[in-house]
Amino acid sequence: MLSEEHAALRATVEEFARKEVAPVIADLYEHDTFPYALVAKMGAMGLFGLPFPEEYGGMGGDYFALCLALEELARVDSSVAITLEDSVSLGAMPIFRYGTGEQKQRWLPELCTGQRLGAFGLTEPGGGSDAGATRTTARCEGDEWVINGSKAFITNSGTDVTSVVTVTAITGVSGGRKEISTIMVPAGHPGFTVSANYSKVGWRCSDTRGLFFDDCRVPLSNLLGERGRGYAQFLAILDEGRIAIAALGVGLAQGCIDECVSYAQQRHAFGHAIGSYQAIQFKIADMETRAHAARLTYYHAAERMLRGEPFKKEAAIAKLVSSNAAMDNARDATQVFGGYGFMNEYPVARFYRDAKVLEIGEGTSEVQRILIARHLGVG
Amino acid sequence: MNIVVLIKQVPDTWSARTLADSDHTLDRASADVVLDEINERAVEEALKIKEADGGEVTVVTMGPQRAADAVRKALSMGADKAVHLSDEGLHGSCAVQTAKALATVIGTLGDVDLIIAGNEATDGTVGAIAAMVADVLGLPDLTHARKVTVEGRTVTVERETDDAITVLRADLPAVISVNEKINEPRYPSFKGIMAAKKKPVATLSLADAGIERIAVGLATATSTVIESTPRPPRLAGQVVTDEGDGAAKLAEYLIGQKLI
Repeated sequence: MLSEEHAALRATVEEFARKEVAPVIADLYEHDTFPYALVAKMGAMGLFGLPFPEEYGGMGGDYFALCLALEELARVDSSVAITLEDSVSLGAMPIFRYGTGEQKQRWLPELCTGQRLGAFGLTEPGGGSDAGATRTTARCEGDEWVINGSKAFITNSGTDVTSVVTVTAITGVSGGRKEISTIMVPAGHPGFTVSANYSKVGWRCSDTRGLFFDDCRVPLSNLLGERGRGYAQFLAILDEGRIAIAALGVGLAQGCIDECVSYAQQRHAFGHAIGSYQAIQFKIADMETRAHAARLTYYHAAERMLRGEPFKKEAAIAKLVSSNAAMDNARDATQVFGGYGFMNEYPVARFYRDAKVLEIGEGTSEVQRILIARHLGVG
Repeated sequence: MNIVVLIKQVPDTWSARTLADSDHTLDRASADVVLDEINERAVEEALKIKEADGGEVTVVTMGPQRAADAVRKALSMGADKAVHLSDEGLHGSCAVQTAKALATVIGTLGDVDLIIAGNEATDGTVGAIAAMVADVLGLPDLTHARKVTVEGRTVTVERETDDAITVLRADLPAVISVNEKINEPRYPSFKGIMAAKKKPVATLSLADAGIERIAVGLATATSTVIESTPRPPRLAGQVVTDEGDGAAKLAEYLIGQKLI
């Protein structure tokens, strides 16, 4: 099913996750530490440039390559995977898709190396799924945008290496409707501040913050894409992003299987390895089935996307199925581990904590269902 | 600077490794196989030298068809081309035969300035190929390097042994072998993976390489494995009871094991 190159990439990232991420991640997670050293290594092997052309410092690969890398990383740890996913598909991708030649030359090369990270600010404290409820404003004053408002739950927005945050803001009213545009704000720009890192249930090594804009002035040339097209732009970006998040969910679901298969052979109860009991076998078989089915949904969505076919419904299905698989597998995996599954030092406990957000971020499971139903002409 | 790196595909040390019942040669088919990690370091060192001084890196391997995967990985890391000596007749070759065969292949590559190998493969653990290749080619031999410096037409290495660090220097061309402290090998990038597909790989039979059939293989090997007994499972650890002298006892144990 995979091309030779995709298979080789997958094997390389699998090796990287096993040799570089696995030995250090539990300690980083325990201390809520952003994985700077791992991010630098991922950058050196080109993961942040995967879907971008070589002229911008990219690897000349495609979005599916990114998804495979995300799956293999998330098999070991989701914080590291989401840091990559966010910087590539939400930070750099909008610039690549909608930026001018100058904007791309300015921002993409450093984002492709992973030496700097990008972020995307859409969600606000008062509106996540209801993206149309955006309240942040950007008014045109002379040759500047003056931005006021706040954003919530923005990944990669406050690391030491964050370079740029693209935010959505109301830039006016046209035809009685809010005109939403996307504007790039460099990290550390006057008038732009970030909150402390949130204390999250999972993804504890990833950087997630609130953003505040207080008369933040940026040049008019920081507008990304066409004025008033912000809403359409981020809907398109989120469609793609769902395939990436689905891959991440499949990785987590697979990681649960990896852990359980090895534990079921080592752990003995009532005189036998617990894997000899059907109670455990059935759980693991169900986990494998979910991960396999979910993997096919994201492969399919990615294939349609790369062929230039409509993929909105398929991406929504992939995200829904994969986040369900991740949640179900994490719940079963902790059960297979029994008391140890409740101990933070075990990877399955980390998977359990990391799974929940997959039903929430980049479109909740309810939003996916709305999209699927709408595609069928219902609602 | 023309650099040749000798690489070998070995069974993954993470997987079960066994010898074939029939002739006690390595059962390559039943194990997951990988590019030996020490060879990744050898490739990395060659790439570093090339990046600093320019030149070309050629990987040379001897092994079954499947070893093409190990070649591909070295090319993905950034090596420029490869020669793969692959022939049924090589099965069961001893270290001496292997070194002579590799030297013959290297001889077909024109002017070579530096030959880099790992100090010891994780499968056979003979650890003599680099020295033997140097001997056959009549080149200086600088083994167990933890640091390599090339300046003009000389190469300097720091050789690490249990007892000392020795600094060695030789004129090029020369053969060096590296130890696990030499560097941290890079992971191939996707660009490297895609580029590797287009890089030239010459797959040679014995006849192609000009090696006589009688010179290699189990039948004429200078040594053969006649018996093999798997190491018994690890015994339970030794318990040290702390009676105020725990630290001393631990230190004593570690010294006894030559760990400190």
